[in-house]
Amino acid sequence: MRLFEAIRSAFSAILANALRSLLTMLGIVIGVAAVIAVVAIGSGARNLVDQQIRSLGANLAIVTPGNVTQGGARLGAGAASSLTDDDAEAIRREIDGVVAAAPFVQGGAQVVAGGSNWGTRIYGIDGDWFSAREWDVAEGRTFDPEEIRRGDIVILLGQTVARNLFGDEDPIDQIVRVRNVPFRVIGVMASKGQSAFGQDQDDVIFVPLDAGRRRVIGRNYAKDGSVGSIFVKFANESDIEPGIESISDLLRQRHRITAEQEDDFSIRNLTEIANTASASANTLSMLLAAVAAVSLLVGGIGIMNIMLVSVTERTREIGLRLAVGARPRDILSQFLIEATTLSTIGGALGIALGVGAAYLVAQLAGWPSLVSTNAILMAAGFSALVGIFFGFYPAQRAAKLDPIEALRRE
Amino acid sequence: MALIETRDLSRVYDLDAGRVVALDGVSLDIDQRDFVAVMGPSGSGKSTFMNLIGCLDRPTGGGYRLAGTAVESLDADGLARLRNREIGFVFQQFNLLPRVDALGNVELPMVYAGFSRRTRRKRALQALGRVGLADRDHHRPMQLSGGQQQRVAIARALVNSPSLLLADEPTGALDSRTANEIMALFQELNREGVTIVLVTHDAEVGRHAHRLVRFRDGRVIEDRRQTPVDARDLAPEAAE
Ligand SMILES: Nc1ncnc2c1ncn2[C@@H]1O[C@H](COP(=O)(O)OP(=O)(O)OP(=O)(O)O)[C@@H](O)[C@H]1O
Ligand SMILES: [Mg+2]
Repeated sequence: MRLFEAIRSAFSAILANALRSLLTMLGIVIGVAAVIAVVAIGSGARNLVDQQIRSLGANLAIVTPGNVTQGGARLGAGAASSLTDDDAEAIRREIDGVVAAAPFVQGGAQVVAGGSNWGTRIYGIDGDWFSAREWDVAEGRTFDPEEIRRGDIVILLGQTVARNLFGDEDPIDQIVRVRNVPFRVIGVMASKGQSAFGQDQDDVIFVPLDAGRRRVIGRNYAKDGSVGSIFVKFANESDIEPGIESISDLLRQRHRITAEQEDDFSIRNLTEIANTASASANTLSMLLAAVAAVSLLVGGIGIMNIMLVSVTERTREIGLRLAVGARPRDILSQFLIEATTLSTIGGALGIALGVGAAYLVAQLAGWPSLVSTNAILMAAGFSALVGIFFGFYPAQRAAKLDPIEALRRE
Repeated sequence: MALIETRDLSRVYDLDAGRVVALDGVSLDIDQRDFVAVMGPSGSGKSTFMNLIGCLDRPTGGGYRLAGTAVESLDADGLARLRNREIGFVFQQFNLLPRVDALGNVELPMVYAGFSRRTRRKRALQALGRVGLADRDHHRPMQLSGGQQQRVAIARALVNSPSLLLADEPTGALDSRTANEIMALFQELNREGVTIVLVTHDAEVGRHAHRLVRFRDGRVIEDRRQTPVDARDLAPEAAE
């Protein structure tokens, strides 16, 4: 086939000036490599955010005490919390679309089992936690409603804690001590892995809300049934925004806040935060992609430049080809194919380099990266287009040469 | 009907320095199977004439018919087709592609004629055999002597079986012994039926041609038939 032959002779023309061709391709190589790497790292980031949403639980909002806008100061750790069990109960009961309202308290704790000792985070939770966070036990069982109501001293261990305290041993029905309180292990949570920020989400323990408040975390929680925060899970994403409005109205009413007063709580839409993070990851990749596009442009101009040089150098060859019967369009396609071959080889090298870079970033920085076939196909297509676009003008100049003038040129 | 018919053919260059009349109204008929030597002092318009009848250049005045086709009426593609099928050009400087071996160089006109690779290979080898270089098919121009390079160029000019072989000082860059060999080759090709128009400065070469045309100042000042074109050879090409 003619095209195949043309590509073969383009290859030999490119190889005849190997170093020059390589330098010319560099712009394309770098541009394409940047596109591939950026897209891979960007989609890796987006994937991470998605995963984070999933590990958090979908359609989730969190109600926290204090107001972020109040003089910029959040409620200090020692201050009394404005949120209570009853608030959570009211949200669960009165707000449309709410499937779970999980009040909780949290703190740091040392866990002791036999000779082993492990520092971790402790959460005091109620039964809604598991559905709100879409999290279940891997072994044993979760708290039953009676245990929650009475605040029994039973405990659920995260995978990491279980492994560090008990190793291969079965932790179920063992006793662990937290602040000297002997808790009986009733279950081990399923593994959630790392969070977006590299936190080990399995390095955690759970106790019934009241047990946590009264015996472990203490502070001001014990007094009046107050809680640290409340996770609110909605049935659908569309329920979240109106739901947050209603919760706000409900809590203002319950906390007897007058129209002039600021809220003493704040509500954040976690799904939206995650989406925003995903969107900004998107914006960032768009930006970097724009930089990469500029690099492709520069690479294209480099190809145009070298093709113009090549046309000048090979004027006699063009004259000869015309003399033996090449039509202008034969010359045009010869140089166009040469430019396109050049840019496509550059694109291929760039794809290899970009995939390598993405892999390296993933390995060294622990940043997940996702090389998509789409990105590779697009990069290949784009580099070919760059060759056609920037090769056209030089090729046209070659095709317009007058045979006798071309032959006479030195 | 003559193979070449030129009528008042002229080529004028309009330069900043003034008008140069390179060819000044040349009317010439050349028959098939003739062997024409074009001679004349330097600058007399020999190359200009060759480039015009070789369809590499366009005249500024007059008319030219090649094998009955009015060349002025052709567009770029039409001229390319004519150069490809009807004309074989041999240059003083050989003009071979340096990166391509002898076979590849000979194949070049057939690439633009659209022949398959196999046909090209076969016919290029035949053409190389015809100029006595069958054993040099994979040599690059750099690996060949000047005479051998010119033979490759002649093979390339012949490979599409053109009706006309044009050679502008084909032996100009060769030593006299090699030049004689190349001339012998042209004579042999002519005996086989190829029409040849050849520019030379060598009076000896001129004597071997059937017909001698002498140029001066862009005009034909002498047109002498030295040997009759063999009538038997004018019969339809049975050998091909
Ligand atoms: N491209 C050109 N531009 C201007 N003048 C030209 C050009 N080509 C040829 N000429 C002029 O045309 C005239 C004829 O040139 P041509 O090359 O035909 O001579 P020639 O007979 O082949 O000479 P030589 O034996 O030296 O090759 C010369 O006066 C030359 O200066
Ligand atoms: Mg000349």
